Amino acid sequence: MISWYVAQASSYAPDVDRLILLVGLIVGAFFLAAEFVLVWLIFKFRARPGVRARYITGEKTSEMKWVSYPHYLVLLFDIVIVAAALRVWSDVKIDLPPGEEQVRIVAQQWAWTFVHAGPDGRLDTADDIRTVNALNLQVNRLYHYELHSKDVLHGFSVPAFRLKQDAVPGRAIVGWFRPTVTGEFDIQCAEICGIGHGLMPARVHIRSAEAQAAWMATAPRMPPLPFVTPAAAATAGHQRAHR
Amino acid sequence: MTSRPIATTRSVMEVPTGRLAMWWVLASETVVFGGLLGSYVMMRLRHGAWADEAANTSTWAGAFNTLVLLTSSLSAVLAHQAAERGDGAKAARLLRYTMLGGVVFLLVKAFEWRHEIAEGFTITSGLFWSFYYTAAGLHAAHVLAGMIALFIVSRTAARSAELHRVENVGIYWHFVDVVWIFLFPLLYIAK
Amino acid sequence: MSGAAQPVHRDAGFIRTYLWSTDHKVIAMQYLFTGMLMALIGGFAVYVFRMQLAFPGESVPLFGRVSAGQYNALVTMHGTIMIFWVAMPVLLAAFGNFLIPLMLGCDDMVFPKVNRLSYQIFLLSAVVLVASFFVPGGAFGGAWTAYPPLSANATYNLTQHGATLWVVAVALEFVAFLLGGINFVTTAMNSRAPGMRMFDVPIVVWMIVIASILFMASVGPLIAGAVMLVFDQLLGTGFYDPGTGGDPILWQHLFWFFGHPEVYVVLLPAMGIVAEVIPVFSRKKLFGYRTIVYTAVATGVISFFVWAHHQFVAGIDPRMASLFTITTLIISVPIAEMVFCYIATLYGGSITLSTPMLWALAFVAEFLLGGVTGIFLGAAGADIYLHDTYFVLAHFHYTFFPIAIIGAFAGITFWFPKMFGRMMDERLGKIHFWVTIVAFNVIFIPLFLTGAAGDHRRIFDYSGFPDLATPGLQSLRITATMGLVALLAIQPVFVVNFIRSMVRGPIAEANPWRANTLEWSAASPPPHGNFAELPEVYRGPYEYSPEDRDEDFWPQHVPDVSPAEAAGIGGVR
Repeated sequence: MISWYVAQASSYAPDVDRLILLVGLIVGAFFLAAEFVLVWLIFKFRARPGVRARYITGEKTSEMKWVSYPHYLVLLFDIVIVAAALRVWSDVKIDLPPGEEQVRIVAQQWAWTFVHAGPDGRLDTADDIRTVNALNLQVNRLYHYELHSKDVLHGFSVPAFRLKQDAVPGRAIVGWFRPTVTGEFDIQCAEICGIGHGLMPARVHIRSAEAQAAWMATAPRMPPLPFVTPAAAATAGHQRAHR
Repeated sequence: MTSRPIATTRSVMEVPTGRLAMWWVLASETVVFGGLLGSYVMMRLRHGAWADEAANTSTWAGAFNTLVLLTSSLSAVLAHQAAERGDGAKAARLLRYTMLGGVVFLLVKAFEWRHEIAEGFTITSGLFWSFYYTAAGLHAAHVLAGMIALFIVSRTAARSAELHRVENVGIYWHFVDVVWIFLFPLLYIAK
Repeated sequence: MSGAAQPVHRDAGFIRTYLWSTDHKVIAMQYLFTGMLMALIGGFAVYVFRMQLAFPGESVPLFGRVSAGQYNALVTMHGTIMIFWVAMPVLLAAFGNFLIPLMLGCDDMVFPKVNRLSYQIFLLSAVVLVASFFVPGGAFGGAWTAYPPLSANATYNLTQHGATLWVVAVALEFVAFLLGGINFVTTAMNSRAPGMRMFDVPIVVWMIVIASILFMASVGPLIAGAVMLVFDQLLGTGFYDPGTGGDPILWQHLFWFFGHPEVYVVLLPAMGIVAEVIPVFSRKKLFGYRTIVYTAVATGVISFFVWAHHQFVAGIDPRMASLFTITTLIISVPIAEMVFCYIATLYGGSITLSTPMLWALAFVAEFLLGGVTGIFLGAAGADIYLHDTYFVLAHFHYTFFPIAIIGAFAGITFWFPKMFGRMMDERLGKIHFWVTIVAFNVIFIPLFLTGAAGDHRRIFDYSGFPDLATPGLQSLRITATMGLVALLAIQPVFVVNFIRSMVRGPIAEANPWRANTLEWSAASPPPHGNFAELPEVYRGPYEYSPEDRDEDFWPQHVPDVSPAEAAGIGGVR
């Protein structure tokens, strides 16, 4: 359903979409059934002259079962949905498959800075490439991202990846994605961050290996800045969102 | 419109409405202090260095204040007993002793804080101190409010009127006491 | 105030009667009118920002051009006002105050002066909040959720005074409702009419009492959090500042620990109102009274264990999210059961589609969609995508709008005769109903779609996002705005109906709906003191169409056997 509107550009986007479809089918069926019963009862039992309403307490089992059985069904389908949802959640947010490259994402009022590892594939080396509001990735490469904020809460959101993660000042939050199609897609800030919250769009550029190499060769190198946030200075090491 | 509604006189659950209301107030206050102290405990567990900050609090002042509050709670209990016997004058006097306890408590706290501020420990000196002043300050505000309530109740009790209020204001005062009994170890002793 | 049933009070004058009264009915009206007035402000705010979304950059009639900062203030104030200054006062305080003493057969609340004080503090909170529009920097713009560091630091939020006034207003509102709760709970526990057992109490009273307890038990940590936030704002403490060792996520936990039970605090009274209306207009006993009470309690209890579903991607430990998915989906079970009981009440009924009944049935129909769409969001894996999109917004408007608007209209149209002694106009009522309901769906169905397509929240202009700045999505946004304009445009019909009926509607008898609960045995409107003779209760509240009686209703206060029926039809007791 989501894929009608938004491209699936990451390895887990289809899983998220499938989960949303599953939930949609289950709750959709319940919703339609309940609405149908509601409307049917309103019609069937509309007031008619000479016809008196019945006296039903709902306390007898034979009566209550009409409510109990549907609500046990709700419970059953809830369990199905929980199982499916936790599987997707675990894949995206708890697991951290081995990464091929790292990228650092720094959110601030009101722009995104991306530090790419550069040709040597390692972050915090001399050939890192820093860009503003443009994330440059290679298709089919598994990236670990390290998300920071310089000031307030921001939300790193890439709809085409089906990915969101809030950026919290004082923390470095780690996650992963693997782009699966080439192209250009929106990056949004998904946590209100001041008057410029709607003024920090960014774009993710996903290229083939050759095109990515070409980009790295010609991208302007900006002088590497030592990256220290106040709290990172105070507490050693990263706080990871993953095991 | 000062006549009391008949609703006030009913007691279907057999618990006097005034006491019921006081328990409600205490339940809501418990969650407020619970939230504040719970946050403090969680942050404290993350910051081992706070033990060094806490070493700068005065355990003696804290212990003395604990004694003061416990004693004042005792006189509140005695006031309730007097009220049950219908002795309004005695209940009023005992409530005034409780008030006195509150006064002493606040005076000690004033000296304590003056000393700490002079040493450079203000509410913005660090997160431990922010919690220290906020929690103790919120508690002190409740002590002050309690003193005002005690004053009002002792005035009517002296005329042997509304004696059931003596018990209710006593319950409130015991609560203020209990909160302090949690605050004291958390802020002063855990070093 | 007509009637001299209690010839105790001297003629009290306007101030004492309407502004300084301790009478629960007057206080109820004060809350109702204040809530309705605040709804105008909240409604104006949404009109302005939705016009900006439909026609970005254009001057909005009656406002002017909307800057990014103003946009944030408008969405913040809309949300804040509608929850705390419309839903709470109307559903909980107005109906609670009006109904509880009447339905329990007593003459007022147990602590009338505390009751008056609660309204006064509430009014003060409203004044403080509205004042924040006029201070330098304008109203707070950090969303109704007020996450720090944005909300704690004026250099980030640029609305320094507005931010502090916002926190102070919300804190005062909390105090007002804590005080109000004292009365609801003690009066319901202790002041019931003789013969009224716990399970003879009308559902709406149960719901308001449970809601009050939920509120009281959940708001404390947020009050503590608000004190910490104000200190961060004013004193430079760093409770939420990572630079000093503080934690922004602490606020989120404190906020949502309250915030989630809060939605049930407003839901339960609305469901209570619906539970009163449906039996009357289907002439049928409410199905599963005890089940409804138990599921309401269960919902309340579980609501304390779901809060972090608002924080799945906030930076909490992702393993915690698994736990909260489970609890969040479990809470759907008792709520579903409650709704099924309401639907089951219709079976075998004799249904009249009066205006109150239309609103009550619409509540069920619309709330169902709100409820099922919550499942998408509670399923953590799906929430990774849907979080902070308009899908969330459409979900909670399909719950909040039935709660705060549909439920309120059901209650107002149902109890209007009792409150004002006159009948509302049915035709105007039905026109208002249909246009409101259709317009409501026209607003929010498109927003489910834009949210699914990626529209994120609190964005004043999507032109900067190439994937979202498409004609298709923009036409959905415009459709939603047009629905809103229609919704707002039809509300004057209700206002006209309300005022005209209040002034010269047909005089209402005591029990125009032929209902059972005790308020209908008092005069319309009830005098000071409510009942000429305080009633005694002989049965439950929903004895409609009892099998061996001529009448299709059997009020609670009517004794089992009247002198004329000496031959002894067995009583219910």
